[in-house]
Amino acid sequence: MKYIDEFRDGVLARGVAAAIAKESRSAREYRLMEFCGGHTHAISRYGIADLLPANVRMIHGPGCPVCVLPIGRIDQAIRLAREHGVILCTYGDCLRVPASERLSLLKAKALGAKVRMVYSTQDALKIARDNPDRQVVFLAIGFETTTPPTAVAVRQAAAEGLSNFSILCNHVLTPAAMHAILAGGVDIDGFVGPAHVSTVIGYAPYEVFATDYLKPVVIAGFEPLDVMQAILMLIRQINDGRAQVENEFTRAVTREGNAKAQALVTEVFELRQSFEWRGLGTVPSSALKLRPAYAAFDAELRFDVPYVAVADNKACECAAILRGQKRPQECAIFGTVCSPDNPVGSCMVSSEGACAAYYTYGRFRGQSASEIQSRVR
Amino acid sequence: MCLAIPTRVIEIDENGLAKVDLGGVQKQISLALLDDVVVGDYVIVHVGFALQKLDPLEAEKTLALFREMAALVEAEDAREVH
Repeated sequence: MKYIDEFRDGVLARGVAAAIAKESRSAREYRLMEFCGGHTHAISRYGIADLLPANVRMIHGPGCPVCVLPIGRIDQAIRLAREHGVILCTYGDCLRVPASERLSLLKAKALGAKVRMVYSTQDALKIARDNPDRQVVFLAIGFETTTPPTAVAVRQAAAEGLSNFSILCNHVLTPAAMHAILAGGVDIDGFVGPAHVSTVIGYAPYEVFATDYLKPVVIAGFEPLDVMQAILMLIRQINDGRAQVENEFTRAVTREGNAKAQALVTEVFELRQSFEWRGLGTVPSSALKLRPAYAAFDAELRFDVPYVAVADNKACECAAILRGQKRPQECAIFGTVCSPDNPVGSCMVSSEGACAAYYTYGRFRGQSASEIQSRVR
Repeated sequence: MCLAIPTRVIEIDENGLAKVDLGGVQKQISLALLDDVVVGDYVIVHVGFALQKLDPLEAEKTLALFREMAALVEAEDAREVH
């Protein structure tokens, strides 16, 4: 497929890998955080980690919306469906996230709750139009990429007077999470910056990380060659002692981003004072809520479903993994108790979660065939 | 969640909906977030919405850079053989 296959070319990847090997200095370590789960997935799936010298280490960031959503938020969605009898519409990624009382949205559905998987906010609106006697709530989650489609849906619902539609808003902000990561003191030398978030917000919002924190940021596409090129650009900046925002994904990202999408988001949403993230804790000004003009579409105001914070499973290391402080294989239950078939933490659910990426594409890395065979037996 | 794919616009209707083609699979998407999209453009599609147009010239420049690096490696490999 055009604009996909070319950016996965193995021969070209060899060229970038050779440049990385040549230009990285063996005397030092390069600790690079890819913020996005999409990059984490690409690094695992295409074996990019195996093409990097041992001293170039990728640290996985919190840019996986499903992973950073705390249990209490999924509990709210489940309560809406079970106790308030709404039709709860959700993107597929959220269905299997473990919630309280060993429930998930999928298990709630099996118990009779009306949970519907949708591909787009437009599907959720259609369900609301087709069921005028039922309340329909859209579980709105995601970073800046996914927020504009929710804004469009809320405006449409207002224009159509679709009074049985509302959203449970969990939209979160990338720069706020990057601030939280850096404030948490994780030891990193630079960021591989978001691909599709940046198509919307542009790359100007990252400039503060270069100027104030002296961390280089390179915006990268989600294809493997894009990620490798961004790693090379980061290594060059670090070698030169530079901290700048550079853009590898020039075919889709500009400094300004998508002004129309930004204007829609600003019209419909405003900042929440604080929001609890899994792993990062409560982060000020890190999420969005509906503006008063659209408050009629806020499920948290329409229904009595207060947010109750719930602690993660004690054995689960998702929180430290999301902060870049642990690797998936350092979790005691990784690949044993916790697997994609039976996830304990959210990082094992979404394909963008670091644990799911490691489990699917790399859980046998570094082991000999006989070791693997003895484990399988 | 943020995954999105470049697709080619093959039809635009008067309601701002477009039909896109991705390697033979066709789907209807919304153009509500973008102005000035014309048939033949490549757009990046996420959860049923076009988020951004893809710039073919910039894509070509990036690929040219990769080819240059690959050619360097090939040249060095050839030197080692001789």
